[in-house]
Amino acid sequence: MDSAIATTQEHEAGEHEHVFVPQHRHHFETEEQQREAGSFGMWLFLLTEIMFFGGMFFAYLLYRNWYYDAFVAASNQLNVKLGAANTAILITSGFFMALGVWAAEVRKKKLLVIYLILTTIFGFAFLGIKYFEYKEKYELHHIPGASFDVSQFENPAAYGLKEQPLAPDMAQKTQIFFFLYFAMTGMHALHMIIGLGLLFWLLARAQRGEFTAGYVAPIENFGLYWHFVDIVWIFLFPLLYLINRHPLK
Amino acid sequence: MSASSTTILSLPDQSTATVPKKNYITAEHGLLSWLLTGDHKRIAMLYLISITFFFFIGGAFAGLIRLELLTPQPDLVASDTYNKFFTMHGVIMVFLFLVPSVPATIGNFLIPIMVGARDLAFPKINLLSWYLYVVGGTLVLATMVLGGVDTGWTFTTPLSTHYLNTHVITTALAVFVAGFSSIFTGLNFIVTIHRMRCPGMTWFRLPLFVWAHYAASILMVLGTPVLAIAIVLVALERLIGIGVFDPTKGGDPLLFQHLFWFYSHPAVYIMILPGMGVISEVISTFSRKRVFGYTAVAFSSVAIALFGFFVWAHHMFIMGVSNYSALVFSLLTMLVAVPSAIKIFNWSFTLQKGSITFETPMLYAFGFMGLFTIGGLTGVFLGSLGMDIHLTETYFIVAHFHFVMVGGMLMAFLSGVHFWWPKMTGRMYPEAISKLAAVVTFIGFNLTFLPQFILGYLGMPRRYHSYPPEFQVLNVLSTAGATVLGVGYMLPILYLAWSLKYGAVAGNNPWQATGLEWQIQSPPLTENFTEIPIMDHEAYDYEWLEHKTAHEVTTVG
Repeated sequence: MDSAIATTQEHEAGEHEHVFVPQHRHHFETEEQQREAGSFGMWLFLLTEIMFFGGMFFAYLLYRNWYYDAFVAASNQLNVKLGAANTAILITSGFFMALGVWAAEVRKKKLLVIYLILTTIFGFAFLGIKYFEYKEKYELHHIPGASFDVSQFENPAAYGLKEQPLAPDMAQKTQIFFFLYFAMTGMHALHMIIGLGLLFWLLARAQRGEFTAGYVAPIENFGLYWHFVDIVWIFLFPLLYLINRHPLK
Repeated sequence: MSASSTTILSLPDQSTATVPKKNYITAEHGLLSWLLTGDHKRIAMLYLISITFFFFIGGAFAGLIRLELLTPQPDLVASDTYNKFFTMHGVIMVFLFLVPSVPATIGNFLIPIMVGARDLAFPKINLLSWYLYVVGGTLVLATMVLGGVDTGWTFTTPLSTHYLNTHVITTALAVFVAGFSSIFTGLNFIVTIHRMRCPGMTWFRLPLFVWAHYAASILMVLGTPVLAIAIVLVALERLIGIGVFDPTKGGDPLLFQHLFWFYSHPAVYIMILPGMGVISEVISTFSRKRVFGYTAVAFSSVAIALFGFFVWAHHMFIMGVSNYSALVFSLLTMLVAVPSAIKIFNWSFTLQKGSITFETPMLYAFGFMGLFTIGGLTGVFLGSLGMDIHLTETYFIVAHFHFVMVGGMLMAFLSGVHFWWPKMTGRMYPEAISKLAAVVTFIGFNLTFLPQFILGYLGMPRRYHSYPPEFQVLNVLSTAGATVLGVGYMLPILYLAWSLKYGAVAGNNPWQATGLEWQIQSPPLTENFTEIPIMDHEAYDYEWLEHKTAHEVTTVG
C-alpha cells in the first residue's frame, strides 16, 4: 500500500450490495459494530449505576457495623413475607424480559408483545406491594424525620414484640436504618418506575414490529437494565430483610 | 520504521491552501442546526463556547477575591460575601470549566478522528451531555442570582447541611446534573475507543491523547456516580433531615468526606489527564520525534487513573481518620508521583535531540511541564503526614492545586486550543501576539501563585478575607500577578475571535504532524473521512509522513 491512509473501499468492494436495517446509524461501519457499541455502552452505564448504589451500600455497611443492635431491631420490623413475595415477582418479571429478548431474536412479534406486557404487569405488582410496605412503615411512624417514633424499639414488650429493648441512644439509630431502607429501596423503585416508562415506549414500538425484523438492540439493552434492577433487589432483600433474622449471639 | 532516533523536518503546505467550501461548519446553517446537531465537532464547539463563558465568570470571581485580598482589612466585601465569591469561583471552575475543559471540547472534536471513526458511538447522548452541562450551568447562574452559596466547592458537612442558610440545594442539583454530563462524555469515549477504531488502529497505535482520555473516562464513569449519591444525600439531609451525616442522630460527617473525595480526588486526574494527552501530542509535533517511551506514557495514564482511586483519604489527614489508614493513604499518594514523573521524564527525553521549534502550543506545553512539576512535587509535601498538618488549609494548598490546575491544566488547554485551532476553524491564530499571550500567562501565573506558597508556609489560612498586615507584600504581589494573568487570558479570546475571519488559511497540516486528524481537510467534513482509513503505521511516525508527502501530488483548484 503506497499511500498509508488507504481506504476500506478496495476491501469491501464486493459487499456493497449489503442492505442495512433501517435503524442502522450512518456513523457505524457495520450493524455488528453498532450492536456491540450499544451493548457495551449499556454495560458501562450499569457500571456507573453500581457505583451510584455503591455509595449507599457503603453507608449501610458502615452504620450496620456501628449500630448493629439498632439495625437488627429495625430490620426485624420489615415484612419478610412481602419482601419475599416481591423477590419472586421481580424474578418472574425478569424471566419474562429474558423471554422477550429471545422472542425478538427469533422474530416473533406477538410473543414479544405478550412477554413485554407480562414484564410490565409484574413490574407494577412489585411497586404495588412496595406501596403497602411503605404504608405500613408510615403507620408505625418508621419514616425518618420529625414524626419518627422510637418507642417501639425502646419498649418492644408494650407492642407485643419479643425483641430485646434498646437503650434510648441506640434506639435513635434505628432511624438511620430506616433512612437507608427508604433511600435504597426508594432509589430502586425509582429505577423500576423509569424502567416501566421505557417498557411502555418499547411496547408501542414492538407492536409496530420494529424489533422483530433483525434489529433487537433496544430490547436487548433494556433487558440488561431490567436485570440490573433485579440484581440490585437481589442484594437489597437479604441485606435489609434477612441478614439480621438470626443475629450472632 | 522507527523514527525515534532521527528527526525529520518538512515544510508546511500553507502557501497553496484554501479553506474547503464543504466542511462541518458550512454543512448546515441556522441556529437549530447547531442546537440539534449530532456531529461531535459541532458539539465540541458548543462546549468550547459555553466553557469559555463560564471560565470568564469563574475568573471574574477570582479577580474579586484577589481584589479583596489586596489589603489586610476586610474592606471590599462582607465576610459572607467573600465566602460566596470563593465558593462560586470553585464550583464554576471545577465543575463547569476544568472537568469538561479538554475532554468535552478538544477531546470531543478529536477522539473520533484520531481513532478513525465518523463520529462518537452515541451522538445523541453526546448532545444530551451538552444540554445537561447547560442545565447545570444555568442552575449555578441561578444560585448566583438568587444570592449565592457559601459552602466552599467541597460542600463540607455539617456546615453545608446544618449551618448555612444559602442555596446549597440548587448548587447541589447543578453539580449533580453537570456530573451526569461528564459521565455521558466518559461513557461515549470509552465505547468509541473500544469499538470504533478503524482497521489497523491497534491499541498501541493510538495517539497518547486518546490513551489519556481513555484513562480519564474510566475515572469519570466510575467516580462521578459516587459524587452524585453524596450530593443527593446532602440535599436530602437539608430537606428532610435524614441523619446520615448528622452526628446528633448517629450519622458521620466523615462519611461524606469519604464519598465526596472518592470522586473529587480522582476528579483532579479527570482534569489533568486529558491535558497530559495534549502535551504528548504537542511535544512530539514540535520536536519532530516520536514520543519517547510511548508504551510507558500510555500505561502511566492508566496507572494514574488506577492509583487515583486509592488516595482520597489524604484530604482527611487532619479530620480524624485512623493513623494506619493515614499511613497507607500517604504512601499511595506518593505512588501517584511515579506515573506523573514517568510522563515528565519521557517528554523531556522526547525533546532531547529533537528539532524543537517554539510555536505557541509548544510555549504553553513548556509552561505546563515546569508548572505541573512544581505543582506535583508540592503535592508530595502535602501527602507526607507531618508536613500536611502544617500546610493543609493554608495558602500552600491553594498554590499547590492552582499550580496543577491552572499552571498545568489551563496551560495544556490553551496549548491544545492553539494547536488544533487550525484544524477546528481552518484558520491560523496570529503567531506573534499569541506567543506574547503565552509568555504573559506564564509570568502572571508565577507572580500570582508563587507568593502563595510562601504565604501558606508562613501560616496564612485559606478562605479568610482578612489577614495580618505582615502578609500584605506577598498578597499585593499575588493580586498584581492575577491582573497580569487576566490580561494573558483575555488576549487569546480576542485574537482567536479575530482569526476566525482574518487569520491565515491553515491548510490541512500546518504543523506537519502525523496524527490522523492532520491528514484530513481543515475544517473536517461532517463525517470526518470520505472513506474509513486503514492505519498501517505507528503513532508519531515522522518517516511515514515524510514518505507520504514526498509522493503526494497537490492539486490546486
